[in-house]
Amino acid sequence: MQENGIGASVRRKEDQRFLLGKGRYTDDINVEGQTYACFVRSPHAHAEIEGIDASAATAAPGVVAVLTGDDLAADGIGPLICGVTVTSDDGQPHRAPAHPALAQGKVNYVGDHVAIVIAESLTQARDAAELVEVNYRPLPAVASTADAANDGQQQIHEEAPNNICFNWPFGDKAANDEAFAGAHKVSSIDLVNNRMVTNPMEPRAALGEYNSGTEEITLHLTTQNPHVHRLVLAAFNQLAPEHKLRVVGPDVGGGFGAKIFIYAEELVVGWACRKVNRPVKWTADRTEAFLSDAHGRDHVTRAEMALDENGKFLAMRVLTTANLGAYLSTFATMVPSYLYAFLFAGQYTTPLIYSEVKAVFTNTSPVDASRGAGRPEATYLLERLVDVCAADMGLDPAEIRRRNFIPKDAFPYQTPVVQCYDSGDYEAALDQAMELADYAGFDARAEEARGRGKLRGIGLSSYVEACGIAPSAAVGQLGGGVGLWESAQVRFNPTGNVQVFTGTHSHGQGHETTFAQLVCDQLGVPFENIEVIHGDTAKTQFGMGTYGSRSLAVGGVAIAKACDKLIAKGKKIAAHAMEAAEGDIEFAGGNYTVAGTDKAMNIAEVAFNAYVPHNYPEGVEPGFDENAFFDPMNFSFPAGTHICEVEVDPATGEVEIVDYTAVDDFGKLVNPMIVEGQVHGGIVHGIGQALLEGCHYDKDGQLVTASYMDYAMPRADNAPEFKIDYAPTDPPHNPLGVKGCGEAGAIGAPPAIINAIANAIGAKHVEMPATPETVWRACQSAN
Amino acid sequence: MSTINLAVNGQSVSGEVEPRTLLVEFLREQLRLTGTHVGCDTSQCGACVVMIDGKSVKSCTMLAVMADGAEVTTIEGLANGAELHPMQQAFMDNHGLQCGFCTPGMVMSALDIVNRHGNEPDDAIVRRELSGNICRCTGYQNIVKAIRAGAQAMGE
Repeated sequence: MQENGIGASVRRKEDQRFLLGKGRYTDDINVEGQTYACFVRSPHAHAEIEGIDASAATAAPGVVAVLTGDDLAADGIGPLICGVTVTSDDGQPHRAPAHPALAQGKVNYVGDHVAIVIAESLTQARDAAELVEVNYRPLPAVASTADAANDGQQQIHEEAPNNICFNWPFGDKAANDEAFAGAHKVSSIDLVNNRMVTNPMEPRAALGEYNSGTEEITLHLTTQNPHVHRLVLAAFNQLAPEHKLRVVGPDVGGGFGAKIFIYAEELVVGWACRKVNRPVKWTADRTEAFLSDAHGRDHVTRAEMALDENGKFLAMRVLTTANLGAYLSTFATMVPSYLYAFLFAGQYTTPLIYSEVKAVFTNTSPVDASRGAGRPEATYLLERLVDVCAADMGLDPAEIRRRNFIPKDAFPYQTPVVQCYDSGDYEAALDQAMELADYAGFDARAEEARGRGKLRGIGLSSYVEACGIAPSAAVGQLGGGVGLWESAQVRFNPTGNVQVFTGTHSHGQGHETTFAQLVCDQLGVPFENIEVIHGDTAKTQFGMGTYGSRSLAVGGVAIAKACDKLIAKGKKIAAHAMEAAEGDIEFAGGNYTVAGTDKAMNIAEVAFNAYVPHNYPEGVEPGFDENAFFDPMNFSFPAGTHICEVEVDPATGEVEIVDYTAVDDFGKLVNPMIVEGQVHGGIVHGIGQALLEGCHYDKDGQLVTASYMDYAMPRADNAPEFKIDYAPTDPPHNPLGVKGCGEAGAIGAPPAIINAIANAIGAKHVEMPATPETVWRACQSAN
Repeated sequence: MSTINLAVNGQSVSGEVEPRTLLVEFLREQLRLTGTHVGCDTSQCGACVVMIDGKSVKSCTMLAVMADGAEVTTIEGLANGAELHPMQQAFMDNHGLQCGFCTPGMVMSALDIVNRHGNEPDDAIVRRELSGNICRCTGYQNIVKAIRAGAQAMGE
């Protein structure tokens, strides 16, 4: 192993620029002659637009243009798309109402885009936006997830009767019903998965530049996937042909899913910069981010489990209503369907699973993937339901899990819900977590806490998730419009240093470091001689970007494959140079050697020979630069057990997390320091959902939590110091043996925390966010 | 428009600002010191923290005209060339940053914690003092570790 190779906690290459204040985020970029944009947004949740009078705004100081939906339509710019088809129970594709980037006669949520005002300065743009007079005729709004499809509700889109996007039954209902009818016991729970605003700390931004000489548009965007943006904007929105559109995702300040999607502002800025023939810059303020970023979660669910007399799970039934918001965001349909119901087996051998998902439109911001995307929702209902089962059967929560775990010798394990799990040892992770958390000593700690007037509770969550997104054939079968391979290019320069071009995008994950470690390990090139380049369609050949904990499991393998090709080509070059047979050449630690001799040549020398091929093997192309694509054979399945311990003050309902243990199986770790950081961040994201974060619309569709004054983000004093460990298994189909780690915390934490609170106060269930008020009320009814 | 004169990272600067111009806008737009970030509109997130006359201030919450005559230090003013300030170094060594967006504000707030609590702040003090800085990436644990290590290094 190289010193800075796989397994080393190497300090990050990207930190120097961030710490010096030299990061280059989209809003940090300024170009000659740039103008500033401000969007006019709907103050109504649902209204018809009877007229727009932009004359005063157009005449205001510094205003370059005021553009509306009519201008956009006149230029043939297409509506925003949703890229994944779900077939509804009537055999028809999901209902997909048009999603214009600027409103065409009607607005459907507060924050919906009505016009763009472009001016010489930001203050002029903002001032002028106030002068755009929009004549609205308000309509009744639909804001409640649970009630959206009820009879008599206001209809939002003509194409979607009863505000239903799709009804998606999945599984064998008759067999499931039969198992329930014959069960020893049926446990059930009704719960809400609270709507969240994803909230990366950098607000979204776009800077568009049009070059009339080359007819090219360059868009700097806060994106997790620049090539996907380019593809969709070119192919579906007619912004520009793909080869005349460059999308750059420079430094991006966090994504967590919210920067995957192709947003109205991005398309409009790209179009407007050509229309006014000036660079146009737009940066969201935080309230705009709350109003117009795609939100996450927002499910209302009933879940039931049929059990035998030993507490074995016989069958599970899940009925969910999922809120998709006012329009379909880019991947909205797949989140409460394929990313959700295919995880209902969890870590258990439940043989029969049936689910129905009703996806509804409401007059709220679009809902799409947010850290975990479907998997936190699945894990939350399952791990809460399992605790209810344990209570109903009089079993310890750890014991009922143990009785139902997929045994370690059963992998690969075909679940009844499509997924075939790669590898796992769920009991080992549970044992390790219980040991680390001192589960056995809990009763004594609870007793001690009681003496202080505190209710102490402990909660488990044993999760599994599907990462490494995704095998393209599976994506195609499921109605996805793209392949989800990843690409890489590994280029030696003649002087022996290496540039690695990846189609993934790093926005906090530290790819510039982790991927350099991979290459350092495989090619034996010093870590400091390796540079990782990402995020620019003009530099990297292609890529599908970063989400679904896919970057290492898919993108990392593409890099390794490109390195394999370099090593193989280098053998020919080295054999020729050292006058040996190619079959006698061995490669290790950066050196080519001739077996049985002391002849050796470093890979940097081989690279030089390849670029200065004066003495070179016949038939071999010059250059030392290889491309590779990797399409995974399966998803990867990280799993683990998290254990949370809380103390509740029954007088105030205040919850303190006093201990938190996570034992995860991520396969092999490349940079343990970075992995641990991902786990910490994920857990705190989960703490946010469980205790603090609630996105609320009132009955009229007004977002009442549109700033950090009203929407509680987790702070430093909301978490204890975590106990983190790993229980790795080896996924057989991933050539690097890795699984992905970016979402695990956000998936594992919410049920562990709510299970702990329920345990503490003796309640069956407490809804998230478990604020002091919610917990206090639950304490009153539990007593 | 008003003229303001101030010192930023040890350099005298002057500028023409509107009465409503925020200090952070002046720093980012006029001086092109883009290391100071804007993460919210309500003085909650702390990405914009700078030092004014030795005290931490959210530069989104102060008008540029109020900084007339002040000495301002931003994240760009801490290092000696490429040699990081001990607090910056501690953030790197302890993986106290991921996406880097909240980081400048975290580092500036950390310096203020050291100013007020000395070189040995415990976990509870650091966590409480960070109530005005939001990070979505790190879960804070490594930021707390970094600040404690940085505080100690500053005392050596």
